[in-house]
Amino acid sequence: MKDLRIIAYCSIKDNTIKLNNRTKIAKDPKLSFLEFAKKAYKEQILDYPKFFKMDNLSKLAFLASDMLCNSDIIKTQDKENMAIVLSNRSSSLDTDRKHQATIIDTKSYYPRPALFVYTLPNITIGEISIRHKIKGENAFFVLDKFNAEILMQYSISLIKNKKSNFVLCGWVDYDKRKYSASMYIVARNGIYKHSKEFINKIFNSN
Amino acid sequence: MKPIYISSNNILSPLGFNTVENISQISREKSAIKLQNIIGKIPSYAALIDNDFLNQVFKAQANCDICDFTKLEKMMLLSLIDTISKASFSITDRTLLIIATTKGNIDILNSKINHMLKNRVYLPELGKQIKNFFGFKNEPIILSNACVSGVLAIAVAKRLIQNEFYDNAFIVGGDLITEFTISGFQSLQAISDRPCKPFSKYRSGITLGEAAASLAITSTNNSEKTIQIIGDGSNNDANHISGPSRNGEGLYRSIQSALQESKTSPERLDYISAHGTGTSYNDEMEAIAFNRAKLENVPINGLKGYFGHTLGASGIIETIVGLHSMNNNILYTSLGTDELGVSVPLNIIRKTQKRNIKTILKTASGFGGCNTAIIFKKIKF
Repeated sequence: MKDLRIIAYCSIKDNTIKLNNRTKIAKDPKLSFLEFAKKAYKEQILDYPKFFKMDNLSKLAFLASDMLCNSDIIKTQDKENMAIVLSNRSSSLDTDRKHQATIIDTKSYYPRPALFVYTLPNITIGEISIRHKIKGENAFFVLDKFNAEILMQYSISLIKNKKSNFVLCGWVDYDKRKYSASMYIVARNGIYKHSKEFINKIFNSN
Repeated sequence: MKPIYISSNNILSPLGFNTVENISQISREKSAIKLQNIIGKIPSYAALIDNDFLNQVFKAQANCDICDFTKLEKMMLLSLIDTISKASFSITDRTLLIIATTKGNIDILNSKINHMLKNRVYLPELGKQIKNFFGFKNEPIILSNACVSGVLAIAVAKRLIQNEFYDNAFIVGGDLITEFTISGFQSLQAISDRPCKPFSKYRSGITLGEAAASLAITSTNNSEKTIQIIGDGSNNDANHISGPSRNGEGLYRSIQSALQESKTSPERLDYISAHGTGTSYNDEMEAIAFNRAKLENVPINGLKGYFGHTLGASGIIETIVGLHSMNNNILYTSLGTDELGVSVPLNIIRKTQKRNIKTILKTASGFGGCNTAIIFKKIKF
């Protein structure tokens, strides 16, 4: 099998969304993530009110994936069996802390189901899958730091093992008000090189 | 693709700290589930590991100077000590470590706990403890994919070894029962008021359990009799983040993917180890997916009546019990399944029985709409 390629990539950092290194949305870096996410939603999405029920990590993953999962980049029929492989360092800790706060005090004990369901990092993959009707392979890796090699190894394995022809792959982390997202689509053909160097470049851009 | 085999394994649960003890308890239909008063607001049934016993065994076996490990780390380390000592290979720079867990050391988030270990709530910090204890050379992959984490870890290891990124792998899965998870599942009204009853008409939810379990996976086989991982699949429902698809779409696709890869027809399967959580929606969804895959006549059980739902460990534990079914040609009772309570037929294993078992299917499904299926086959050279 010839080397795989990358079709397109997206990054979100410092309240700026870039697609293939071109700025699509840029907001004041001083805005909180929530304020930024709301503005980005209004410019980019509009028709998906479920967005507002999501936790920070899912909102972030959703915004990045929405840039990539449109018909200019990938055909609807190709999306259905696309694999989604995401990774981060902080798992769902941002929401975990919020759930913990609801049970710490016996006098104000109010665990909420709508919050608890977001205490798993792979819920991000579920949200992306529902939005774009993607029924392919899933995996969420928690890693010490961004690791292009592991992501590459697993994308290659999925395509070589004939589980998928496309892999939506990347990093999405939200912890203590700091966030970053880098995502890309791996395929047999594409403009960009599927190399450790290029994937690290996607991660380090913005 | 090159064949991938299972070498050694360990189950560490309230029923025993090694696989032999666990299997012996299961064959006597003994459950680890008891009524517990210590966690959460309401007393509930759970399968807990005794802290004193764990510490005692850990001290005797771990041989460490400073044993500042959390409960979950001790469980995972003890399980891996057993599996590594019995594996057909040792750790090299081509050995992968995969850790399957949903919540890791989440008990540390509670501010009452020792501050020295605070950063271990980050899963990679837990990973470092396991890595350094045994001297693994590669960065561990922590797989946190809800309730399919354990089964998916087996598939991930197999795929990465098949594509020659590694020669072999150790995988360990584990989760604790904490106020964090109990309160969450209670808020979802998903906890059973009795020990869980997979696929039963009288099922009313899950029972949580804590456990660790581990497996050694390799592309090199030296024994005459072994178990091969012949196919796998993991597909999303794309339906709902906390409820399974009504037609079992993701699970059905996962099973088809595993059947296709292994070139196995449904009638060749001798046993299904289901996920069987005991919730109304999950068990019904599974039954529908198995029927769509023409598997309604294959003997099936759910093992959560023995261990409770051990989250990240569950898929590995249930796989190991399945390996014993193959090795010993025994199928174990689906504990807690009385009157069948799903809308389509299933061939529930009512009584532990001798039967020739060659090929089995293990499945799991979880929040986020994820599902995983793996097919294992007994091989004689």
